[in-house]
Amino acid sequence: MLRDTRLIFVRDMKLALRSPTWLLIGIMQPLLYLFLFGPLMVSVVDHTPGFPPGGAWEVLTPALIVQTALFSGSFAGVALLTEYRVGVVDRFRGTPASRAALLFGKVLAQAVQATAQSVLIVLVTLLVFDLDASLTGLLLSLAIAAVLAIALSSASYALAMVLKSEAAFPALMNAVLLPLLLLSGVLLPVSEQLAPGWLYNLARINPLTHVVDAERAAFRGDMSATGLLTGSLVLLVMAVLALMWGTRTFRKENA
Amino acid sequence: MASPDEPRATAGIPAGRRESAARLPGREKDFMITVRGLARRFTVRGQSVEAVKGIDFDVAPGEVVGFLGPNGAGKTTTLRMLTTLLRPTGGTGTVAGCDLLTDPQGVRRRIGCVHQGGATWPESRVAEEIELQARLYGLSRSEARRRGALLAERLDLAGLDQRPVKTLSGGQRRRLDIALGLVHEPTLVFLDEPTTGLDPQSRANLWDHVRRLRSEQATTVFLTTHYLDEADALCDRILVTDHGTIVAEGTPDALKARVAGDAITIEVTDQVAEAADVAGRLTGATEVSVDGDTVRFRVPRGDAALPELLRTLDGRGITMASVKVNRPTLDDVFLSLTGRSLRDGDPAPRTTEAAHAA
Ligand SMILES: Nc1ncnc2c1ncn2[C@@H]1O[C@H](COP(=O)(O)OP(=O)(O)O)[C@@H](O)[C@H]1O
Ligand SMILES: [Mg+2]
Repeated sequence: MLRDTRLIFVRDMKLALRSPTWLLIGIMQPLLYLFLFGPLMVSVVDHTPGFPPGGAWEVLTPALIVQTALFSGSFAGVALLTEYRVGVVDRFRGTPASRAALLFGKVLAQAVQATAQSVLIVLVTLLVFDLDASLTGLLLSLAIAAVLAIALSSASYALAMVLKSEAAFPALMNAVLLPLLLLSGVLLPVSEQLAPGWLYNLARINPLTHVVDAERAAFRGDMSATGLLTGSLVLLVMAVLALMWGTRTFRKENA
Repeated sequence: MASPDEPRATAGIPAGRRESAARLPGREKDFMITVRGLARRFTVRGQSVEAVKGIDFDVAPGEVVGFLGPNGAGKTTTLRMLTTLLRPTGGTGTVAGCDLLTDPQGVRRRIGCVHQGGATWPESRVAEEIELQARLYGLSRSEARRRGALLAERLDLAGLDQRPVKTLSGGQRRRLDIALGLVHEPTLVFLDEPTTGLDPQSRANLWDHVRRLRSEQATTVFLTTHYLDEADALCDRILVTDHGTIVAEGTPDALKARVAGDAITIEVTDQVAEAADVAGRLTGATEVSVDGDTVRFRVPRGDAALPELLRTLDGRGITMASVKVNRPTLDDVFLSLTGRSLRDGDPAPRTTEAAHAA
């Protein structure tokens, strides 16, 4: 199974490297946020109580990394549906290769791509803006982005195989992602001081909120923050559940 | 596979072992495929569709068997069940010696499949696709490359190694699909509508490859098609299917022999009714029908009936514009079995047959 996973991983990575548009499209949005929205954040963060510790870039950049991993992971299923339509998925499923390996190979390739996007975002922020970050913190935040991509792409692949509709899938994704993002405090933190009680409570139920909290803590190198531990645990549970769902869907005889 | 070597090969084995070795494979192992009561029902929005309604058949090793039927007959559904991509809702089967339901992994290891409409990724390169496919079947990288090069050579894909799949012609792409189905040298290959959408030359070329599979490697081939000429030209045996059932089975010649005689079509300038009367009086004439200026009927032997027909028409002063004699085709077989032509909505089936063959 490890061997099959590697074969599929290498195939997906080769194809991704051959047409690196995904990389550009993937970081286009976060870069726009950095350049066109970031400067506003600087003065907002300085004058508003209730923001997490750190300056504007330490608040915004980790959130953009989470958002990027979230988007690229969630839309992984779109490509899978195209592969399904042209018959590639059935071709692989007809071989003796482990069906779980088909999933794992693709998920790992997604994780690597999300990490690459995150690295680019960090590099731009470091070079252009006034980012103050530790190396361990950065590495940890990249790891969080990678695991998030694993969780979301796995769930995305599973959902795509359940829906089997190239039209319905992206529509559903958009409908789910926007509230999830707003409720996770990606742009403005949904903190106790800033949000009304009901909104705050709603955000706390959203697992993604905890992941964003953890990513911010890791990013500013605050390894003792409780948010880091909680968020990491939430993320691990998400990843395990998503991988289980994905494996079950891929193994299904009739999928 | 009864080769002259056989007695020599078994001579050294003690009689007892030889016997048990001969007996060990169960009855179903004498066949490449055995299928009993295989069925598949789909439920679409609460509506139940019986795509395959409990079919039975066997395929012997080395046979090329065609599954012939119109669109929607259930060919692809059957093939997907036989290749473990779809779980049957009824029945049992053994494919390449492995039980379809309890050992799908064993089936997958032993068969090759080429799906309808292909299965290649447009952005991948030809050599890449072949190598990956071989490695998913467990071959080493070097072995995968060796076989890939060999197959590319044999299937006229040599020199296309580094070409992205999307730049291939339809025929090349189909041959690549076939290479992907053969790269692990399976003893049994499934081909779903292998030549649909190909130009006549690519079709003829592909037929040659399928024939060579059988003659050079003794590969068993199970193919589906809705082309009569394809089934006729390629298959040792044909299973004629319609609405999820098998309506007839046999060699192309045996199937055609079921149809009573040759079809004669004459066109007259006037006196159609009288011409039909003349036709009906010929020895053994049946199925006389009139359509405008055209009279159609069947006689046991068209070539023998023609002289008398011409003489009599001439004697009665009936002027004939044209005459055509057709040997029975598989379409006639299908027509006589189901009351429909296999070529949906085709007004002049026999002339297109000629065009197809050209
Ligand atoms: N996944 C599916 N869901 C619902 N109906 C299906 C599905 N696949 C095939 N069918 C139906 O089963 C019948 C047989 O289809 P198919 O096996 O593709 O026929 P063929 O390959 O002979 O053209 C058709 O009526 C088709 O609509
Ligand atoms: Mg079909």
